[in-house]
Amino acid sequence: MTTTCTCACAEAGPDEKELMGRLEEVLAEQKDKPGGLIPALQTAQAIFGYLPEAAMRRVAQAFDKSYSEVAGVVSFYSFFSTVPRGKYLVRVCLGTACYVRGGNEVLRAMKEKLGIDVGGTTPDRLFSLEVGRCFGACGMAPVLMVNDDLHQRVKPAKIGELLEKYRAPAAPAQEARP
Amino acid sequence: MIHVTINGKAIEIAEGSTILQAAKSAGIQIPTLCFLEKREPLGACRVCLVEVEGARTLVAACSTPCTEGQVVHVNSPKARAARKQVVELLLSEHDGDCQICERNEDCELRKLASDMGIRTVTFGGARAAPKRDASTPGLVRDNAKCIKCRRCVTVCNQVQGIGALFPQGRGFSTVIGPAFAGNLDGVTCVQCGQCAAVCPVGAITERSAIDDVWATLDDPAKTVIVQTAPAIRAALGEEFGYPPGTRVTGKMVSALRQMGFNAVFDTNFAADLTIMEEGTELLTRLKRALVDKDKTAALPMFTSCSPGWIQYAEYYYPNFLDHLSTCKSPQQMFGAVAKTFYAQKIGVKPEDLVVVSVMPCTAKKFEAQRPEMNSSGVRDVDYVLTTRELARMIRQANLAFAELPDGEMDAPLGLSTGAADIFANTGGVMEAALRTAYEIVTGRELPAENLHVKPIEGLEGIKEASVKIERTQPSWSFLEGVELKVAVSHGLGNTRRLLEKIRTGEVHYHFVEVMTCPGGCIGGGGQPRLTDDAVRLKRISAIYAEDESKKLRKSHDNPAIQDLYKEFLGRPNSHKVHGLLHTEYTKKERR
Repeated sequence: MTTTCTCACAEAGPDEKELMGRLEEVLAEQKDKPGGLIPALQTAQAIFGYLPEAAMRRVAQAFDKSYSEVAGVVSFYSFFSTVPRGKYLVRVCLGTACYVRGGNEVLRAMKEKLGIDVGGTTPDRLFSLEVGRCFGACGMAPVLMVNDDLHQRVKPAKIGELLEKYRAPAAPAQEARP
Repeated sequence: MIHVTINGKAIEIAEGSTILQAAKSAGIQIPTLCFLEKREPLGACRVCLVEVEGARTLVAACSTPCTEGQVVHVNSPKARAARKQVVELLLSEHDGDCQICERNEDCELRKLASDMGIRTVTFGGARAAPKRDASTPGLVRDNAKCIKCRRCVTVCNQVQGIGALFPQGRGFSTVIGPAFAGNLDGVTCVQCGQCAAVCPVGAITERSAIDDVWATLDDPAKTVIVQTAPAIRAALGEEFGYPPGTRVTGKMVSALRQMGFNAVFDTNFAADLTIMEEGTELLTRLKRALVDKDKTAALPMFTSCSPGWIQYAEYYYPNFLDHLSTCKSPQQMFGAVAKTFYAQKIGVKPEDLVVVSVMPCTAKKFEAQRPEMNSSGVRDVDYVLTTRELARMIRQANLAFAELPDGEMDAPLGLSTGAADIFANTGGVMEAALRTAYEIVTGRELPAENLHVKPIEGLEGIKEASVKIERTQPSWSFLEGVELKVAVSHGLGNTRRLLEKIRTGEVHYHFVEVMTCPGGCIGGGGQPRLTDDAVRLKRISAIYAEDESKKLRKSHDNPAIQDLYKEFLGRPNSHKVHGLLHTEYTKKERR
């Protein structure tokens, strides 16, 4: 696996070396804290936009854990991604409330409009698609999130329109990733 | 003490005990699967469900503590039906090609299904796609057979402290394996095979060399010889229905001869040779350290027989590599001597001589293919079989093992002393070394009852002993009055604890024996399954009995070894010997 950050955040231009340096700073601070593994992985994902293999191996080393154990933690939580993600992470909620109010249809429409499956990223690296398991907004079901934007009572037929806002040149300015 | 009733039987048991422990103490059987003795129970498989009066649900006996006045029914209709359903569900996920599965003789899942009388599987569950991982020399994994009991995870993480295997993913799609369900060669693994030793099904096994060995036995152009490790004779019988701890040395020799090996030799011969080399190396290091004040003489010296330990040091403790004895393991010393000295003696070219080893070990398969292990000019050991593979070959050869006469090992590479036998168990290499080193230095026999160094016997994880050296021979006078301090560890988790104490200067030793597997080689990853402490202790007693049955019990008394030095090698640690019998180690990056 390449460790170069190929996602859209590369526009800002930090190279791999610089990102690894930032990871080192975080690890120096967190590695001796009990229960520090998951926060460290979250921070690593925030730095790189995803979890490249080199970063996970470095985290394993710093915490004196095997790479298999770190991989076990990363693969357990859907929050973590080991592949580069697009500029916008779309998470369609399939929690119970959203599911019964048509979340699955929303997901199907989203897959169709983006032309990717769950876990995939569009070729222009603009969108990645994941499934969410309840954002705590059940009263507004079905919901989906695009990065930190919550969209409520989403109708499958309106998905195209929703996405257009993010495709436009003056797309909402915001942090690229959680 | 508290009081419980299980199956109508009143039991008194220490507070904090589990229902499983209470039942066991009263001789009541409860089936288990994910449970491993001496480890925290997982309660993952639910095979040990029992009914407790007043409890809302059935409980897992392995992880439920006893409470005062508890009444437990192991065999109530509800408990029996639930356990049966649990096993049925496991079967529905398991890729059970039982007729042709390598584990079909001793599969625990098959036995559970049979004991419970399961004749149909009601559930048509989804199954993982077969994925065979044969990326390493010693082990093969098949995820479709895995029933996710996690015994391998417990052993690899808690007992050995390696963590090559870990649950990956979540829920039904969880895979037990290396990082991201990849191959074993993508992570750090020392090939000890303890995962294969505890796997209840055919999901992790040794990488078999059986077909290769039959092919070479059938090749008329090859002279094929075999060496058997000391631990095999105390365990092979279990594969043929003998109780653990039965010595079957003679039958094993006859079986190998009837299978077509041109000569049946003994790794014990090379174990005696190891003692000569390693003992001399230790005394030389002591002289360099104590007399020459040579800072490069690294003490303590560590034994180097166990290939899993060697890899462990290469990956985790590269700063200790100078401390490892440069001696090759007995398996590799045997190969090097066989393909030079013996090949010359019988007039066969080394490339036409095939050396097969029978080892209790999966890491030996790795060791044999290390690039350094070609000092005869060709590969020194060609094929490595585990104890289990040898048993399969004996069955394939249609030999009635119980009926075989007791055979004798061939000369000269089959001659050995009792000191070599005890290489099989934890503490044995150290005891054998002390028997010889003490006698070289003082000219007198080791002052220990029946030559046994009691403090380093048994299954304690880290053991230590000291031997006061007095009235030395003139050439060893620098050791006069020295208290030789030794330590023994087995299992890599214990070894790590010992190494940390040595590293921080908390303890000081001259010589340390390390065995990768709990109990030493008798508990190796290639031994008959399942090995628990009761089995380990029985095999160890068998090994000590084998030692005590020998007329010669000290390596330096082995006449075949004396002849080998006279005719071929010169002196221990000489230049010629270094090329053949010694090796070096390389720091490896953890993956």
